[in-house]
Amino acid sequence: MKDSIAARYWRTNLKIMAVLLLIWAVASFGLGIIGAPALNEIRLGGFPLGFWFAQQGSIIVFVLLIAVYAALMNRVDDRHHRELQEERNGGAGK
Amino acid sequence: MSVSAWTYLFVGLSFSLYLGIAWRSRVRDTRGFFVAGRGVPAMANGMATAADWMSAASFISMAGLISMMGYSGGVYLMGWTGGYVLLALLLAPYLRKFGKFTVPDFIGDRYDSDLARVVAVLCAVFISFVYVAGQMRGVGVVFSRFLEVDINVGVFIGMAIVFVYATLGGMKGITWTQVAQYWVLITAFLVPAIAISIRLTGHPLPQVGMGAELLDSASGGGVYLLDKLNQVHADLGFASYTDAFASQRWNRLNVGLTALALMVGTAGLPHVLVRFYTVKNVKAARWSAFWALFFISMLYLTAPATAAFARYYMIDSLQGQSRQELPAWFESWEQTGLIAWFDDGDNRLRYSAGDDNEVFRSGSMAAARMQALATSHQRWLDGAGGEDVRPELREAGLSGPDRDIIVLATPEMAGLSAWIIALMAAGGLAAALSTASGLLLVVSSSVAHDLYYRIINPQASEARRLAVGRATIGLAVVVAGIFGIYPPGFVAEVVAFAFGLAAASFFPALVMGIFSRRVGTVPAVSGMVVGIGFTAAYIIGNRFFGMPAWCFGISAQAIGSVGMLLNFAAALLLVPFCKPPGPTVQRLIDRIREPEGSSPGGALSPS
Repeated sequence: MKDSIAARYWRTNLKIMAVLLLIWAVASFGLGIIGAPALNEIRLGGFPLGFWFAQQGSIIVFVLLIAVYAALMNRVDDRHHRELQEERNGGAGK
Repeated sequence: MSVSAWTYLFVGLSFSLYLGIAWRSRVRDTRGFFVAGRGVPAMANGMATAADWMSAASFISMAGLISMMGYSGGVYLMGWTGGYVLLALLLAPYLRKFGKFTVPDFIGDRYDSDLARVVAVLCAVFISFVYVAGQMRGVGVVFSRFLEVDINVGVFIGMAIVFVYATLGGMKGITWTQVAQYWVLITAFLVPAIAISIRLTGHPLPQVGMGAELLDSASGGGVYLLDKLNQVHADLGFASYTDAFASQRWNRLNVGLTALALMVGTAGLPHVLVRFYTVKNVKAARWSAFWALFFISMLYLTAPATAAFARYYMIDSLQGQSRQELPAWFESWEQTGLIAWFDDGDNRLRYSAGDDNEVFRSGSMAAARMQALATSHQRWLDGAGGEDVRPELREAGLSGPDRDIIVLATPEMAGLSAWIIALMAAGGLAAALSTASGLLLVVSSSVAHDLYYRIINPQASEARRLAVGRATIGLAVVVAGIFGIYPPGFVAEVVAFAFGLAAASFFPALVMGIFSRRVGTVPAVSGMVVGIGFTAAYIIGNRFFGMPAWCFGISAQAIGSVGMLLNFAAALLLVPFCKPPGPTVQRLIDRIREPEGSSPGGALSPS
């Protein structure tokens, strides 16, 4: 029983990680590097967009990604903590 | 007050602050000495990590590098920040949950092998010394540029300060001084950037100003700064500032792999990793990774703006001027050899990418030789013998100003007063000292904890371990100082090496250790040996023995990415043939992944 709670927690963790790492790769390698020449045709005010992603946008995305990760995972941790508590209480015959 | 009076004042004030903090945070046990008693709040740890991470090179050289490279400079920006995403998602929470003292600790316990531990110790010590040599030199350089004292005297002063606060307070002293150092360095970096942004574009936010229109109507008002810069570059024969992959050296493959190597290397650098052992629990470790990148991004989002402003302003204010019309900052930096003008006889300065370029730097050329060239050139100009020395300087690769001038001269370019220039000196010192102290602690903990306590003398008492820790950090400061005074001529090369090595050794070993239950001792150690061996051989061969970049033309800076992939590949290929880790290690993995309950390191992690 305890194993399934731990396993569920780990699966949630891996899922969140995979999505965030995908965004990480798209923002830096996708938009900032591979797609930069094409994006440079588009302008954001005075910035060519590919250049902006390489020198500004990717960094902003990185900061946001870690913030989202910390907020999400700490909530998943809390839920995990509650589930463990409930199981412990259940196990004590309540 | 003069610049040097202000400089003495600021440097004196900031140094007394660091020493005061050191005195208040002295420690009595190894927990305090190696991991600051695990009581550092997430936000403070974020600031300390930021100062730890941003070195003299980030502070003084990075903006200049970007300003010379244009778009390609983005590899450093993305590489040195993107690594924190990997760190936050893949490593920091788990290392905190593991909860011992060092990175080799984790590798040794997880792979249940003293061999793995020793390999990790050697990597950690090597990486740290490579890095610290540059920092101590940086301290000396800042002292000599701003205070006109001998470089070696500057190194001695830096050594003395680090010695006091590192031996007294260990990680705790280092953490709280780094928090103070963060504010000193970020203020020093932001104030000139904001001032030059307002001056050129009228926008107080450099990140906005960089994409805005220029104010000055005489030199192209109403035109976007970056467009103007591209146009100026095109006129002078330089590669476009904003176009991607404008040069052969920075093609798509090398840009991508260099960024990846820097990211993975960042996530594998031991002095950054150990900072996550110092917070209270797993949750704090996650938030502290966020705060770290947040505080780092303050500098990293501003540096590209400073780079573009200074690049434009430098060209605009120098091009076509006569000796009498040149701005005052030119002359003051000309004396340092960071920029030099060898005229072709028309008394009009010309800076270009072609053979008619007249702007050079002294670089690594000896001062006496540079002086002789200048004299000869002057005689040639006067028609009294001598010769045009520009071809020789061009051959020596010394065309264009030194990149460090971009940051160092920004306050003067923006017309700021003397005290801001002095603040830059304090900021540069803060950046160098904070990084140096973090690295020295890694050396000390690797030797005193991993080598002495875990392998040589596991019965050592607490007091004895603390004494050994203090002694090794003291010794490490002295060794670092010697490196600063007699710098190995290849510092720039070995820094690429440090990142490559961290990428090819620690990162795969840590990730597999956390995310795989199947990888045991033999695959992990083989992976590390393959990764390190390949990376080391490629970099040494390429940089020192003229070996061509045979691996798809990948540069030495980017090869760490390949080394990392080889490490993963070698380890995972061996997994089916080796037995999986035993029950003790399986329990360790369970406990690292599980945020609740006691940590494998013994300390309780309150939820």
